[in-house]
Amino acid sequence: MTAPLLALQNLSKTFRSHGHAVHAVQDVSIDVAAGECLAIVGESGSGKSTLANMVLGILAPSAGEIRYDGQALPARRTLAHRRALQLVQQNPLSALNPKRSIGASLRLAFDVHRIGDRAGRTARVGALLEDVGLPADFAQRPPAALSGGQRQRVAIARALACDSRLLVLDEPTSALDVLVQSRILRLLADLRAEHGLTYLFISHDLAVVRNIADRVAVFEKGRMVELAPTDRLFTAPEHPYTRRLISAVPVITEDEITMRDQLAHGAA
Amino acid sequence: MRRVIGILLANPLSLLGVVLVALVVLGAVFADFLAPFPEHRGAVVDFLNFNRPPEWPYIFGTDLVGRDLFSRILYAYRISLMLGVVVLAIAVPIGVTIGLLAGYLGGVWEYLLMRLTDVFLSIPPLVLAMSIMGLLEPTLINGMLAVTAMWWPWYTRLVYTITRGEKEEGYVLAAEVIGASRSHVMFREILPNCVPAVITKMTLDLGFVILIASSLSFLGLGVQPPTPDLGSMVAEGADYLPDSWWLTVFPGLAILVAVFGFNLVGDALRDILGAER
Repeated sequence: MTAPLLALQNLSKTFRSHGHAVHAVQDVSIDVAAGECLAIVGESGSGKSTLANMVLGILAPSAGEIRYDGQALPARRTLAHRRALQLVQQNPLSALNPKRSIGASLRLAFDVHRIGDRAGRTARVGALLEDVGLPADFAQRPPAALSGGQRQRVAIARALACDSRLLVLDEPTSALDVLVQSRILRLLADLRAEHGLTYLFISHDLAVVRNIADRVAVFEKGRMVELAPTDRLFTAPEHPYTRRLISAVPVITEDEITMRDQLAHGAA
Repeated sequence: MRRVIGILLANPLSLLGVVLVALVVLGAVFADFLAPFPEHRGAVVDFLNFNRPPEWPYIFGTDLVGRDLFSRILYAYRISLMLGVVVLAIAVPIGVTIGLLAGYLGGVWEYLLMRLTDVFLSIPPLVLAMSIMGLLEPTLINGMLAVTAMWWPWYTRLVYTITRGEKEEGYVLAAEVIGASRSHVMFREILPNCVPAVITKMTLDLGFVILIASSLSFLGLGVQPPTPDLGSMVAEGADYLPDSWWLTVFPGLAILVAVFGFNLVGDALRDILGAER
């Protein structure tokens, strides 16, 4: 295996509140290969968002190291590091500034990282929007004029704006309805193939994870209890917590699958 | 913007506010054309016509040295509005910037800046203004200074509270992850979301600044004669109540009209802009 794009080494984060130490993330080591989609699953409070925030440089680790492309990432990220690691958030309603146009929100990355000249940036904004399946003239609109799914597409476009190699996807579909969800997942899969992106996909939805992830890391109370390729995790889960998580997923019966296929064909 | 104006004119109360504000502002701006006796704003004495009750051509009567009250009220509006605009033009940027810094940076900054703000807020405004005026010369400039010094903390409080909330929004996180500077996040991302509340408060405050300035000059600490001022006009006339009622009633009504008008508009703006969020 080639050198990992992202390597978490013995990463820990401890919060102190009222004299108690809360171990949000404890001694986690994961290597993420370039082009891979690694899912991090667990219930709320399992430390997956804390982990994401450490990767993005929003939180400083209490112990351990994050290496990106062979280099240790400092607690204060340089612009080059910021440019390489980007984020898509869970809630597309709050992720876009209601007082700024879509175009202004997308331009920010170009302005901060000095990508292209002033005139070229407007054209780039249009190209970005088209990349995520939106018309270029959406740039003039305020976020309020867009649906949840469209806003999430804009948020994805923003994460792509500075040619990042690694995206942290923090429950990117859990605030969307099912149909929109599947379209956004397809878009994410297409973009990954097209741009050779690496995903850190944080989710509590195992059905979604099964669709998109190459490997899955299961978190429980700040510890990684299992890390396995997606197929093996769903067919032969080893850790009791993983088994409980998988057994809690509502399943669709054979009959229902047949009916779903018929419906899908009928619709097409 | 056009929509906001439309709603303002549709509601009878806010329409009344708009009309009152328009009367005050137009009267102040076009005082030179509207005042029947423009020269009466200065030190003019006309003993033939002193202390006259309202009668043509003195529709609001004349004061103790024979100057037309209506003309003087128009010029007093001009001074009051100028005072209000200057006070807000200084107090709002200062207050807003401190509020943004305290709310967004947090930590030591938040502690120091907000305690400083609390100190100013804990002093009764009129007392603070009076002590500043007492230390300095009671001139118009010092009056503005005094009122400004007690006005900015309210904007700091307002913007601080909004910033604390907006800081948790995803768009702030997104800008930080992209690598935007702190000043970009504060002034380009968060500030636009504070603007509706700040504009509403400014409208309300124009009325209150006029009221405070009048109170100061009522106490003899504000605008000095012969410059016309609503507060000092009421103060002069108060000795001659109830016989020469017009000396106090018309300047008093003038204060009421201005404060009431700005309050109605401010309240309506609060409802309209608040509902947009």
